[in-house]
Amino acid sequence: MFRYQNEKLAQEIVAKLKALNLTLRLMHVCGTHQDTLMRYGLNSMLREVGVDVRAGPGCPVCVTTAKEIEEAIALAQSGKVVATFGDMFRVPGETQSLAEVKAEGYDVRMVYSITDCIALAEKTDKDVIFFSIGFETTAPTPASVILSKPPENFSILSTHRLIPPAMAALLNMGELKIDGFIDPGHVSAIIGAGPYEFLSRDYKIPQVIAGFEPLDLLVAVYMLAMQIRRGEAKVENEYTRVVKLEGNEKAKKIMETVFEPCDVGWRGFPVIPGSGLTLKDEFAAYDARKRYEDDLSALPGDYKEPEGCRCGEILRGIVDPDECPLFGTGCTPQHPIGPCMVSREGCCNIMLRYGTI
Amino acid sequence: MCLGIPAKVVEIRSSGEEGVRRKAKADFGGVAREIDISLVDVNIGDYVIVHAGFAIETIDEVEALEAIKLWSELIEKYEDLG
Repeated sequence: MFRYQNEKLAQEIVAKLKALNLTLRLMHVCGTHQDTLMRYGLNSMLREVGVDVRAGPGCPVCVTTAKEIEEAIALAQSGKVVATFGDMFRVPGETQSLAEVKAEGYDVRMVYSITDCIALAEKTDKDVIFFSIGFETTAPTPASVILSKPPENFSILSTHRLIPPAMAALLNMGELKIDGFIDPGHVSAIIGAGPYEFLSRDYKIPQVIAGFEPLDLLVAVYMLAMQIRRGEAKVENEYTRVVKLEGNEKAKKIMETVFEPCDVGWRGFPVIPGSGLTLKDEFAAYDARKRYEDDLSALPGDYKEPEGCRCGEILRGIVDPDECPLFGTGCTPQHPIGPCMVSREGCCNIMLRYGTI
Repeated sequence: MCLGIPAKVVEIRSSGEEGVRRKAKADFGGVAREIDISLVDVNIGDYVIVHAGFAIETIDEVEALEAIKLWSELIEKYEDLG
């Protein structure tokens, strides 16, 4: 269904990029983009024509902090049911993962959708907590569930995050000169182009919203190269078959009704102002942090990253996974140390699956 | 994580009254599954992007079917601009 793999057009685009004699460093902020780039060998193809596409903090599992994982673990250990997506299940907190806590006999469930978690809450008298992660693509889903009056024994541990403030944080940190952003297609399906515009205006950075087929990414790189060549900096949309410039108004409204922005730390980053989503006061009954304050208040504020793990630098796009001393030896998908090796959208896991860049 | 899978809405299962989740049956290229359609306005026959069990946006079928033609034109247009 809607596959776009036209080799002739792909070769034409690459030939045109080559003719431009480029030296560009672009960044995407989406694990699914990284998967497409590596799966189809686009990364190395683009490097040959002078375009280095770096991966930024685009994997929500990877940017979730050890503290947030420890919160979910503490809730499970206090006898409640904790449910989350499969990728989150095996990410280590400071010492353990939810999978290990489950192996000790606590009730941790893996679900495909928050609706599975509601079905679970309807069938039990126990308190059920959804460890709710994800960017703007995912955040409207718990918001919609909360508006439909879920069972009283249900609540969420929100670790939702917003992408544009993290892009600004990266530019402010200034560790890497970035010539353009490939904006994430499904985050943009919800938020549209508007929330990225300040980046182009204030930082003079070109951006193109892109889909997830190999041709989507090649076309997006070409559109960015053209913006740069013309000296422009604006938000363009390549993924027109899905993304409307105004986004999904209905989903945005639902998300804004239930959540409000908050300051939150990201793995590998300091606290980024306004980059998290917390439940508004009127929905406090569904906010696990407020409801179970007693279970969580004893947790320390800070956690150390695992020794030798370079996930933080990988998430900022500074180093490639194979520059980490643990990559593929001390840290593997079977025995992950850092989150980028656990998630199928993490750069380390992707690189190990498809080979080197 | 933000993975979205295209699917075609084949049956709408609830009307969307206040407080009731809107559900539909969707065809994922041969596999049928229930999805939540509370975040979108859809009709039977529409294509949607499904993420974590929810349709998050509809797919513009004309743009989807003509994407390669549109991209070819776009690349040519840029070439003309030099």
